Amino acid sequence: MKLPPFDYACPTTLPEAVQLLASRDGDAKAIAGGQSLVPMLAFRLAHPALLVDLRKLADLRGIKISEKGVTLGAMVRWRDIEDDARLDSAHPLLKAAIAHVAHYQIRNRGTVGGSIAHADPAAEMPGIAMTCDAEIAVVGKSGAHVIQAADFFQGALTTALTSDEIIVEVRLPAWPQGRRWGFKEFARRRGDFALAAAAVFYDLDANGRATNAHVGVIGVGDRPLRLAGVEDVLNGQVIDEATIAKAEAATHAGVDPQDDIHASAAYRRALAGTMVERALRDAAA
Amino acid sequence: MSALTHKSRHEIGALPSPLWAHKGEGADRVRGSAKPIFSWSDMSVRFEVNGKEVEVEVEPRMTLADCLRHKLRLTGTHLGCEHGVCGACTVIVDGAAVRSCLLLAVQAEGAKVVTVEGLSNDADLTPLQKSFRKHHALQCGFCTPGMITTAHVLLSEEPECDADRVREVLSGNLCRCTGYIPIVEAVLDARAAYQPNDRTKDRA
Repeated sequence: MKLPPFDYACPTTLPEAVQLLASRDGDAKAIAGGQSLVPMLAFRLAHPALLVDLRKLADLRGIKISEKGVTLGAMVRWRDIEDDARLDSAHPLLKAAIAHVAHYQIRNRGTVGGSIAHADPAAEMPGIAMTCDAEIAVVGKSGAHVIQAADFFQGALTTALTSDEIIVEVRLPAWPQGRRWGFKEFARRRGDFALAAAAVFYDLDANGRATNAHVGVIGVGDRPLRLAGVEDVLNGQVIDEATIAKAEAATHAGVDPQDDIHASAAYRRALAGTMVERALRDAAA
Repeated sequence: MSALTHKSRHEIGALPSPLWAHKGEGADRVRGSAKPIFSWSDMSVRFEVNGKEVEVEVEPRMTLADCLRHKLRLTGTHLGCEHGVCGACTVIVDGAAVRSCLLLAVQAEGAKVVTVEGLSNDADLTPLQKSFRKHHALQCGFCTPGMITTAHVLLSEEPECDADRVREVLSGNLCRCTGYIPIVEAVLDARAAYQPNDRTKDRA
């Protein structure tokens, strides 16, 4: 498929990029790695009048790690996360999840900001952003502001981002030493989108009971989900087989997937439960 | 939504996952307005291909893959799916293996691009090519340029990679003939030529 026609601009500053995005009455689109947008163009699911390439905005490329947490610039590629050894301890859940993103060649181009803005309900990065209470920093013609992940994802491929806004960075809160976590994903082939995946973490109190449990799932709704019902099951409990079984049951109750050509709703519900169960086993191990 | 067929939804690589197809809002939103007002025109792009500076006039919508094939006549880069699933069009851009069907030619401005032509010479087969031949790692050959470019970068960066890693990396390249086993064997066997002490590797 050849791409539909569009104009192209490659600004060198963020204000210039925002101005360009605002210049076409909502008909301009930012392109980062292009690994989701270009296929969308090929299938005519998107045909913007103008593409604004963010590749010269070097400020959006860094991974910053401080006591406040991990800040991923919007143009950070999957490859950059894979290669950054600091993240092994600074955010092991992020690292584990990103290992499931697409294929080698796509990981060399695909970006954090692009994935968040695209908001595929089965994509890993939006799932991690939701699970970890990420803050998404954006800049638009009305200035800079921060959107909480829970408010950002509004539906399939639908976000709180307005047409003149660019994601600048994604901030993940600090990851304490000793935090328990697990990430499990099931896809038919390596690199495919998840049929379902679960990201879980919790901290341990002095009595070895879970606190601050966070449970997120992808692939089983129109957006990445946090499962408060499952978190309630975990908080205050020792994470043993009995608790894990209750968490699995709560996952079944907490998701409402749809039938599609890949899997029935019942299968996806069961799979989400199994992913949560296995992720919790990893966390507790 | 009808533009996205069952087959294409199934062959998801970089495509959206199928879940959102239940609800149309997302696609409607990204589709934007349908007014056919475009003012595009050709743009001049300079980049380096296989060590040579080139300057081409392209429409912004032209992918790097089409630019290489149609403008520069480098038809070694093959186009299979044209939406980032099959890996046949893999080229090396600034040292990284990327899908040239998912990169606009205008985005390659200033880049160093290496295609499969740049990994060969007229004098002799390279070690990687020899290994593909020895192991019978191709039949129809359509996927081979993408396999070679991908394997070259992998072996250059990770000359000690094991079979699992080779399989993982090549999972983004579809081959419908070989069943992959000879390809994996060929890549593993070529590792010797990429060891730091013996860099008689492909010209790149």
